[in-house]
Amino acid sequence: MTWSDTVFLLPEIILTLGASALLFVPLIGERGAGRSAKWWTLVILGITAASVIVSSNAVVGMTQTATFAAMFALDSFAIFFKLLFLFAIAMVVLMSEDFLRESRYSPWEYYSLLAFALCGMMFMVSGVHLISIYVGLELMSLSSYILAGYYKNEQKSTEAAMKYFILGAVSSAILLYGISLIYGVCGSLNLADIDRAMSTMITNDALMVGIMLLGAGLCFKIAAVPFHVWTPDVYEGAPTPITAFLSTASKAAAFSIFARIFYSGLHHFQLDWSSVLATVSALSMIVGNLAAITQNNLKRMLAYSSIAHAGYALLGIISLNAMGIRGVLLYTLVYVLANLGIWAVILMLRRHEYAGEQVDDFDGLYRRAPFWAFAMVVFLLSLGGIPPTAGFIGKYFLFAAAVQSGFGWLAIIAVLMSAVSMFYYLRIVVAMYLKEGAAAEVSASGSLRFVAAVCLAATLFLGVLPRPLIDQVTYSSRRLLVRALQADGGR
Amino acid sequence: MDELTQGMPLVVFLIIGTIAVASSILVVAMRNPVHSALFLLLTFLCVAVLFVIREAEFVAAVQVLVYAGGIMVLFLFVVMLINVRHLPEERVMSRFWKGGFAVGLGIFILFAALVRPGVYHDPNPNTKELRTVRTYRMRNVRQADGTVIRKRVARPRVVGNSEAVGMMLYRDYLVPFEVISLFLLVAMIGAIIIGKRELSADEEETTPAFILERTETEREVKESFSA
Amino acid sequence: MPSTEAYLMLSATLFAIGLVGVVVRRNMITVLMCVELMLNAVNINLVAFSHRLASLEGQIFAIFVIAIAAGEAAVGLAIIIQLYRAKSSINVDEARTLNG
Repeated sequence: MTWSDTVFLLPEIILTLGASALLFVPLIGERGAGRSAKWWTLVILGITAASVIVSSNAVVGMTQTATFAAMFALDSFAIFFKLLFLFAIAMVVLMSEDFLRESRYSPWEYYSLLAFALCGMMFMVSGVHLISIYVGLELMSLSSYILAGYYKNEQKSTEAAMKYFILGAVSSAILLYGISLIYGVCGSLNLADIDRAMSTMITNDALMVGIMLLGAGLCFKIAAVPFHVWTPDVYEGAPTPITAFLSTASKAAAFSIFARIFYSGLHHFQLDWSSVLATVSALSMIVGNLAAITQNNLKRMLAYSSIAHAGYALLGIISLNAMGIRGVLLYTLVYVLANLGIWAVILMLRRHEYAGEQVDDFDGLYRRAPFWAFAMVVFLLSLGGIPPTAGFIGKYFLFAAAVQSGFGWLAIIAVLMSAVSMFYYLRIVVAMYLKEGAAAEVSASGSLRFVAAVCLAATLFLGVLPRPLIDQVTYSSRRLLVRALQADGGR
Repeated sequence: MDELTQGMPLVVFLIIGTIAVASSILVVAMRNPVHSALFLLLTFLCVAVLFVIREAEFVAAVQVLVYAGGIMVLFLFVVMLINVRHLPEERVMSRFWKGGFAVGLGIFILFAALVRPGVYHDPNPNTKELRTVRTYRMRNVRQADGTVIRKRVARPRVVGNSEAVGMMLYRDYLVPFEVISLFLLVAMIGAIIIGKRELSADEEETTPAFILERTETEREVKESFSA
Repeated sequence: MPSTEAYLMLSATLFAIGLVGVVVRRNMITVLMCVELMLNAVNINLVAFSHRLASLEGQIFAIFVIAIAAGEAAVGLAIIIQLYRAKSSINVDEARTLNG
């Protein structure tokens, strides 16, 4: 380890300093109800994004990609996700302004916690060692528990934090037991060493159970079916900007490590784990979509829909091929864009404290705010995977990957369930365009307009001209693939 | 090792392990959280002894300091703060108790079935490694063909477990170690934010005047500091 | 010397007891204690494997797990206190404002 190794960590160092600085700014006389907190946070996120690019350019010339005793890598995969997390968190920061003004909680700690959660995500996506991945995951989770309970005067929020915390702690204990079994069988916690150890094994019960427990812990984080019970309650109870954070950034982070661990560490046992994960994926798609139909509360409906989306994205991990990993990256990006847009539109509607919660709140939105109603339609179509939007590209890659690797039945379930999902997405469209009513008023602040407009533009642009993104994703997933394909003889 | 001490660790393991299992059952079975907490403390101490038998002296020390010293105090403090006696009488068991036992039994059978010789990585009998520190330095090394090159050479040195763990922690595991320090910072911020008493709008109407005055004074003091 | 297998059995027992406690008990504080029990079971595994493999990695991980358990306990207990203030109860079943 030398000084030049710190260039790998530069973005994280800057972000950590910035997040800590956010805690100190109010002490040195920054007043005015913390109105400038948003700008401070955005500046810090901007500098971090710039340093991600600077350090990724610096790393290109170096021979090794992992540093600090092979614990921390800055490969193109990590860079892609780091920029995605930074974008999502910046959007969540912009969305949070109204919530913080109305609830009169200190914005500084709130933004600082968001920045620390981002720090955890950036560490975990760079981790190539189960210890560093786990530690980053816990940093992110702990910040999320606190943020879910940030609306202290609202009982729902505290309850959501409690449920999230208890189930999260149990799931992390299960994940740890799995890691300890993998350590006992493979003799190391480094993904490359685990990979090497597994290449000489035929089959091993303890290893299988270890992988299953590790997968169970990760399925909790992405909210896949047997471990999804917390999702609707937490999404409903948490403050809406935090729900947006949980359903986008935090979920994307969980997907990134899911892909990293299964593609670069555990791919030798694909035949064993893929059938189990395929069941999880099918159940997530079926349960998520069917349960979403019956919901009248929009937050719960989107929670079930996010469970279903976890099922779709799992297709890319199960299939373990070039289409699959590109599909995971594409889909995560597309899903984050559409979801952030939907949450921004929901936040524009307000009625009492919890804004735009019921489907009825959207009644007649077309008459009051035609542009945002149109934006909402685009986001919903993107989630449903309808062609002119970006969602189609993501789903196309995932379904094709599943067919390529012999999971045709799973692809059929996925297509059928996408059709089912259009049913409840269209319910919102019908409410907006065909119904009358003014249950909720529209008050779009500049930040919310900005978030919705950026997401709308990106969703449409990537839907019409996906080429540059596909090239980028191909480049970013290259390193993970090289390892997975070498071992399987280029399947 | 002579005849007498040969079997000692096994005997200690059996006795301490039995105590650990028994007291962990009591943690679950006790109605009063204070009793549960004390049995949890006993379990932690037993586990620390088991760590010592496995030549993990430093982990054992951390276990005693952090668990017995830190976490237990936190638990007991909260139990006192909440004043368990005034809580309504509750059932010890929830309505899912049958399912709970079934899940527990299932997990136990699953994990116990994995405990077979030959499943895990081959043992490395050289347990001196647990007390070894490797220092690296650049040396001139003479190759087989006579050329001399500069190379990183490891020099193992057998010291104590704590020193070896310390070297590993601050050298190889520096990044996760720093992330842990961030984690603890976030835990502190979070505990303060969530635990802090804040008066809501309707509470302000019902709260006695002297408490409102006190919070008002606190706010003034804070503002005079920041001014 | 007790074998690695003996340690694994002990750890499986403690983990199962902790899991039963999490599902069966309704008092939030006791549930949190049971989670600590499960984390301790993991530590037993890690230390036993660390000795078997003669590598320090497991012990280092155990130290990290202990630190994380401490942080989680602090935040978990703060959430419990907040819930108690809101409801005067720390029973998991009574937290059902959210219809789930």
